[in-house]
Amino acid sequence: MALATRDIVRFGWGALRGYPARATLMLIAMAIGVGAVVVLTSLGEGARRYVSGEFASLGTNLVIVIPGRSETAGISPTTLMGETPRPLTLQDALALKRSYSVHRIAPLNIGSAKVNWQGRSRDVVILGSSSELLDLRHWSMAQGHFLPPVDLERAVPVAVIGKKIRDELFGARRAIGEWLRIGDRRFRVIGVLATAGRSMGTDVDEVVIIPVASAQQLFNTESLFRILVEASSRAAIGPVKQYAIDTLQERHQGKKDVTVITQDAVLATFDRILGALTYAVGGIAAISLAVAGILIMNVMLVAVSQRTAEIGLLKALGATPRQIVVLILAEAMLLSVLGAGTGLLLGELGSLLIRHLFPILPAYAPLWAVAMALLVALFAGLLFSLLPARRAARLDPVLALSGR
Amino acid sequence: MIELSDIHRDFQVGDQKVHALDGVSLTIGAGEYLSIMGPSGSGKSTLLNLIGLLDRPTSGVYRLDGQDVTALSDRQQAEVRNQRIGFVFQAFHLVPRLTAAENVELPLILAGVPPVQRGQRVEQALAAMSLSDRSRHKPEQLSGGQRQRVAIARATVMQPTVLMADEPTGNLDHKSGQDVVRILEQLSSNGITLIVVTHDGEIGRRARRQLHMLDGRLESDSGTGNA
Repeated sequence: MALATRDIVRFGWGALRGYPARATLMLIAMAIGVGAVVVLTSLGEGARRYVSGEFASLGTNLVIVIPGRSETAGISPTTLMGETPRPLTLQDALALKRSYSVHRIAPLNIGSAKVNWQGRSRDVVILGSSSELLDLRHWSMAQGHFLPPVDLERAVPVAVIGKKIRDELFGARRAIGEWLRIGDRRFRVIGVLATAGRSMGTDVDEVVIIPVASAQQLFNTESLFRILVEASSRAAIGPVKQYAIDTLQERHQGKKDVTVITQDAVLATFDRILGALTYAVGGIAAISLAVAGILIMNVMLVAVSQRTAEIGLLKALGATPRQIVVLILAEAMLLSVLGAGTGLLLGELGSLLIRHLFPILPAYAPLWAVAMALLVALFAGLLFSLLPARRAARLDPVLALSGR
Repeated sequence: MIELSDIHRDFQVGDQKVHALDGVSLTIGAGEYLSIMGPSGSGKSTLLNLIGLLDRPTSGVYRLDGQDVTALSDRQQAEVRNQRIGFVFQAFHLVPRLTAAENVELPLILAGVPPVQRGQRVEQALAAMSLSDRSRHKPEQLSGGQRQRVAIARATVMQPTVLMADEPTGNLDHKSGQDVVRILEQLSSNGITLIVVTHDGEIGRRARRQLHMLDGRLESDSGTGNA
C-alpha cells in the first residue's frame, strides 16, 4: 500500500495549515538559519572578491619577463663558458604582443643619468618604456600627458617626470613644455606623474620616464631590463606565462634564457585566507540551522502528541507504521522546504541590501553555500523529525483513540 | 468469519496484573448482528479492539476468515484493518481540518486507490448516508448525527466485511442515536457483520445475538442468531 506523493503532500499541507502558529514558528526558524548562511557567506565572498579586485587594480595580471635564467641549483653551460645571457630586445617585446591573451606590454629599460635644467641638476633614475606603462601600472597623471603611443623603435625626445623631480628642478614654475637635458640629450617635458608611492622598488616621484628607444640610445644598449606583460584576465596568466617562455625560447635559438614570474602568488594567499573566512562564517551560520532542526524536532513532538487521536484514527483506518512515518516526515519536510525557500529569499534580499548599501562590496553568496544551506536545512528537517515520526508510528491506537 | 479461542489479554497496572480478557472463546459468523454489553471495565472494549486488530492478545488464537491474524506483522494487520474492518467510534474521530468528503477519502488514500476512483466511491458512500449536500462541510459545521454518519460512510467506503461500533450512540441525542442505529442495521441486513459494543440495553437488545461480559469473561451468549 503505497501512498501517492500528491496525497502525502496534500495531507501534510493540510496538517500544517491546521496549526498555523506552529508552522509559522518553524518556518521562521528555518528561514533564519538558511538566510543567515546566505547573508554571511555572501559577506565573506564579497570581501574576497573586493580584495581580489583591489589586487587586480595594482596590476595583478602581470607577467614579468627578466633576461637570464635564474636557477637556484645546477650550473648551466653559459656560466661555465662565461657567456652573458642573450639580451631581451624590443623585437622580443613586440613578439610577445601577438597573443590574444596579452592585453598590454611595456618594455622597461632602467638606468641612471644626470638631469639638468637651467643649471639645476641631479642624478635621477631614468625609465625607458612605452605609452602602455601608465595603464599597466595603474598610474595617473598630475599634469600633461604620458608618453605618446608611437612605434616602440622611435626615439621621441619627450619625458614624463615624477612630482619630486618637478619640485626640485622647477619649483613653482611651469614644467610642461620645458626642455630638460638628460645625459647628453635634450627632452621636452610633456607630463608630471601623480604621486603613487613606491612601486616595484622605484619611487615613482623620483623618476623620469622617456620612450624606450630614447633610453636605449641614451644608455647605448640594445637590451631591455624587463618586459612587463599584462594578461587579459586572471585565468590567462598561466597561458601567457607559458606563451612568453615558448616564444622567447623560439626567438633565442631554443635556449631557455629568460625568467618569467607572476604576481599571482600573493593574491592566491589572500584568496585562501578569505575563502577560509567564508567557510568559517558559513559554518557558524550553519549552527543556526542545527538549532532550527532541534526546534523542528520539538515542535513535531508536540504536534504528534497534539494529534494523537488523529494518528490513532489513521492506524484504525489501516495506515501502516511506515505510512505514518512517511506522513509525519513529509509534513516536516514540507515545512523545511518552505522555510529553506523563504530563508533563501530573505538571504538573497539581505545580500542585495548589502550590495546596495556598500556598492564596493560584491556580496554574492557563493553557489556552494546556497546549495549547502538548502541541503543542510532539508537534512536537519528530515533527521530531527525522524524521532517524532517513529514515536507516532509506535503509538498505541487503543490509547490514542480513547484519548487517555 | 471470526473465531476466537481462549483469548487472554492482561494489562499491567502498577504492580498489579489485570485480566481484561480471561479466556474468551467466541465464533461469529459472516453477516451476524451482534451486541456486546456489560458494565465498564468488563472487558467489552478490549474485546472489540482485539477483534478490530487494534490490540494483540496476551495469549490465544484469533482467526479471521480462516487466517491466523494474531501472527501477522503490524503492516499486515494494518492492511487487514484497511480492507476488511470498519470502525465507528463514540467520539466520531473525524479529522477536524478535513471536510466530510476528505474524511471519508482517508481509507482510500491509505489503500492507494487512484484519485479518479476515490471521488466516485466517496460520493457513493456519502450518498448512502444522505450526506451528499454536506460533503464540503467541516465536522464543526455538522450536527452530531451527521458527524456519526460521516464516520459510518468512512467506515464502509472500503466495503469491509466487519463493522465495529463502539458506543456509536454514546455522544448523540436520542433521535440521532435512533437514526444511527437504523443505518447500522440497514448495513447489517445488506450482509455486513455488525458488532456493537454498548452499555445501553435498549440498543444492545436490538441485536439478533447478544453477549454479556463481566470481569473479562463472557457471562452469557444468546446463541448464534440466524446469520
